[in-house]
Amino acid sequence: MSRIPSQLVVVGGGMVAQRLVEAVRARDEDRAWQVTVLAEEPRAPYDRVALTSYFSGRDPESLALGAPQLWADPLVTLLRGTTVTEVDRDARTVRTADGRALRYDHLVLATGSRAAVPAIPGADLPGVFVYRTLDDVAALRGWVEQEAARRGRPVRGAVIGGGLLGLEAAGALQALGARTTVVQFGTHLMSAQIDLGGGQVLRRLIEALGVEVRVDTATSRIRPDERGKAGRLEFADGGRLDVDVVVLATGVTPRDELGRAAGLPVGARGGVVVDQACRTQDPHVSAVGEVACIDGACIGLVAPGYAMAEVVVDRLLGGSAVFPGADTATKLKLSGVDVASFGDAFARTPGALEVVHSDPATGVYKKLVVSDDARTLLGGVLVGDASAYASLRPMVGRPLGADASAYLLPAGGSAPVGGDLPDDATVCSCNNVSAGTVRAAVTEHGCTDVAGVKACTRAGTSCGSCVPLVKRLVGEQLTKAGVAVSNGLCEHMALSRAQLFDAVRVTGLRTFSEIMQRHGTAVAGRGCDICKPVVASILASLDDGHVLDDERAALQDTNDHVMANLQKDGSYSVVPRIPGGEVTPEGLLVIGQVAKDYGLYTKITGGQRIDLFGARLEQLPQIWRRLVDAGFESGHAYGKSVRTVKSCVGSTWCRYGVQDAVSLAVLLELRYRGLRSPHKLKLGVSGCARECAEARAKDVGVVATDRGWNLYVGGNGGFTPRHARLLAEDLDTDTLVRTVDRFLMYYIRTADRLQRTAPWIDEVDGGLDGVRSVVLEDSLGIAADLDEAMARHVEVYEDEWRATLEDPEKLRRFASFVNAPTTADPSLAYVAERGQPRPATPDERADPAVLIAGTTLAVRS
Amino acid sequence: MSRPQPGWTVVCQLTDLVPERGAAALVDGEQVALFRVGNREVLAVQQLDPYSGAHVMSRGIVGSRAGAVTVASPMYKQVFDLRTGACLDPVGKEPQHLRTWPVRVEGDVVLVGTAGALVDALVAPLATPATLDATEAP
Repeated sequence: MSRIPSQLVVVGGGMVAQRLVEAVRARDEDRAWQVTVLAEEPRAPYDRVALTSYFSGRDPESLALGAPQLWADPLVTLLRGTTVTEVDRDARTVRTADGRALRYDHLVLATGSRAAVPAIPGADLPGVFVYRTLDDVAALRGWVEQEAARRGRPVRGAVIGGGLLGLEAAGALQALGARTTVVQFGTHLMSAQIDLGGGQVLRRLIEALGVEVRVDTATSRIRPDERGKAGRLEFADGGRLDVDVVVLATGVTPRDELGRAAGLPVGARGGVVVDQACRTQDPHVSAVGEVACIDGACIGLVAPGYAMAEVVVDRLLGGSAVFPGADTATKLKLSGVDVASFGDAFARTPGALEVVHSDPATGVYKKLVVSDDARTLLGGVLVGDASAYASLRPMVGRPLGADASAYLLPAGGSAPVGGDLPDDATVCSCNNVSAGTVRAAVTEHGCTDVAGVKACTRAGTSCGSCVPLVKRLVGEQLTKAGVAVSNGLCEHMALSRAQLFDAVRVTGLRTFSEIMQRHGTAVAGRGCDICKPVVASILASLDDGHVLDDERAALQDTNDHVMANLQKDGSYSVVPRIPGGEVTPEGLLVIGQVAKDYGLYTKITGGQRIDLFGARLEQLPQIWRRLVDAGFESGHAYGKSVRTVKSCVGSTWCRYGVQDAVSLAVLLELRYRGLRSPHKLKLGVSGCARECAEARAKDVGVVATDRGWNLYVGGNGGFTPRHARLLAEDLDTDTLVRTVDRFLMYYIRTADRLQRTAPWIDEVDGGLDGVRSVVLEDSLGIAADLDEAMARHVEVYEDEWRATLEDPEKLRRFASFVNAPTTADPSLAYVAERGQPRPATPDERADPAVLIAGTTLAVRS
Repeated sequence: MSRPQPGWTVVCQLTDLVPERGAAALVDGEQVALFRVGNREVLAVQQLDPYSGAHVMSRGIVGSRAGAVTVASPMYKQVFDLRTGACLDPVGKEPQHLRTWPVRVEGDVVLVGTAGALVDALVAPLATPATLDATEAP
């Protein structure tokens, strides 16, 4: 289509605006609409729902939503840091604070809410914060850290408001090391979502986290301290509480001022009034999300906002969608406290019955609300154990098919639901994906795992609470389709890598044939290129024998077999280890001379070492003889193993460095060299927060602080780049090394084949928190075992190349031809480029004039 | 050493080959990949990997697929039947097959059949069963 697109202007840059733009770009196939988003915050839309996770180590980037390409579309413009000051409906124009005027054909108000500031004297003092935007959260964090540093004792924090947001804020303060009190006006916590019984159990769970709770308490004043910042809360009952920081979490107010000023009707408690099509009184203006007053109320949840965005887009494209009604189900996102509420949680439906299971001893409260005939599920409250939430929520309004109490018992909580879930039941309310859509992803679109279904349907890609249910549906559907849901490696091995690792560890079998006989399938035969290297890797991790010993040599991929990296023409590249990227001038001269003598193409790698390309099979031992004699060791660039520890120069030279990054990098690299793993492992160490070593792009990243080292894990490059996330802070060197030991060993033992650390962490029970509890708190009781395994690795490490050069039997495999061991592969051909050789292309091979000798005329000096 | 035979080229000793692993050989100026499978059986296919154009097949991992003895190209992991040269898994590409050579193991000597031996080779397994060992790999 070449006609000029219509102009869609979206005021507000939150999650709902993002969803609206996504929906336009996904559905507007004629590209009839050009979208301009005017965002007040200085950044692209982010996951506000996950804001609290910013405290538990996630960085702002990890809150990013959707695919960044969305904003690169020529029909999408995002103006950040842009405040709209006026809507002129007659001229169909919006004006911005920086003096711009934008014409629209259709306008969407997606301005959201602001945190409500209660009319308490002192609410404007320094040290009083709201909890709404990334900037709010960053400011709160900065304040708490500054106060902690100034006072040298834990900061005392108070959260006014004991609702969903208040508890998240309390969790955030706790995570920052503050001693926190939640002050709730009402009778119990989360009173908008759960009943008194659930609230009482919740209170005990929150107190168990170390957070104090005061209910039935009205705050009458915030008093300044001698520095003029918030210092004391005074309550209506005469009580007082000394504080260093206060968070107001008493609710939100729709930001409807643009609508009001433009003369659009607003609701009694605020919000621009819209109809079921999300249109305001002006047909050219819609409102979505928290600013929209629909059915007489504003809804402060993201899922209904998403639904409104879809409705608006459908209408813009000529459809007739209407708002399906709000699913007000909620789940508290607070580590260690499980709370969910869904449907008619307060049993307001006439005749509704409540089935309650309460166990104060274990801190569990579960209530289902059912219809008067006890057959239809109407809603429920789950506190302490919300594992049944994902299964039960889609069943609201449907027959339970079993005795309601069966769903409440600890073990059977979620078991009965799933297979009988109707196709039209919503599984993922964030993205409005039904059970039928999930099933169709398997049956019609060929998805074979949860990751594929998530990519195909978007189910589980926002808040993630439905992922367990999606997983079960996918499993059931695969089983139904006759696809064995196997996590086995290949036709020869029905065990996953992690299962096989455990089996081999326990049985003590140490040869491939024994292992396949014991654990392989009926057709195990001689294995294949999948299972053989896995067994070789497991044996290497358990035993640390030489990779080329005996039968094991036959299991290795060519890279591991000849300890070099196969290149496209059949030659290999050679990477000597340069620990921490630190190399002497003498070392550089040796590498340079070897490269020169063998005519090798030379390039610096991303891991601060030097790669020498174009070595032929039969040249590898000669090349390594010279490198080993000069003190170099194998760099294991060829293995699924620890590669390098990249570092910045650190405090020894750098003006800004606060710790000696190079020494730590060398220590780590020498400790973990040669460690075999499910995939390659990279580490990085930065000497200060400027992070010049890019350690957070590594599987294990260490960043120096004034007080020690911060440890980040799970950074991956490759196809799906991920930033590493904070595992622990301010560790001393011994604790750091022990923690990295355990992290690496736990990964090596339990990850799947070719699974890098980021997806592995996602799959560990409890995610990053789960990993933390295993490696720092020894929750599985395996820490001593992991420590011992790493100690053994360190003890028995030997340089593979040195060992190979000393063993004539091992050197036989480097013959180019079994009947002409030193004859070069006659097919190799090179051309010169920028003064170095590279493999000739097929066209160049046809013209011998351009070919150079390359590595084929190498002479030993 | 056995006597020279027309159409058969002596390539190496059986003990020069590692069980369940390949080795390259030059046979009449051509690059051939030899694989010792089981104890006394040797199979030969072209050393040229048709997908990458590099001479690397001998460096692939030996395995089995539904009963067939296979090698996976070390370059892009296509899987070939070592007895027939047929491509069993083209990894999303058009199937391209490998040329095969007949191989005899006489005593400790490995012989590869060249052009003239083709007819001979067709009957060789029947004619000289004693030279073949059907023992499967462990």
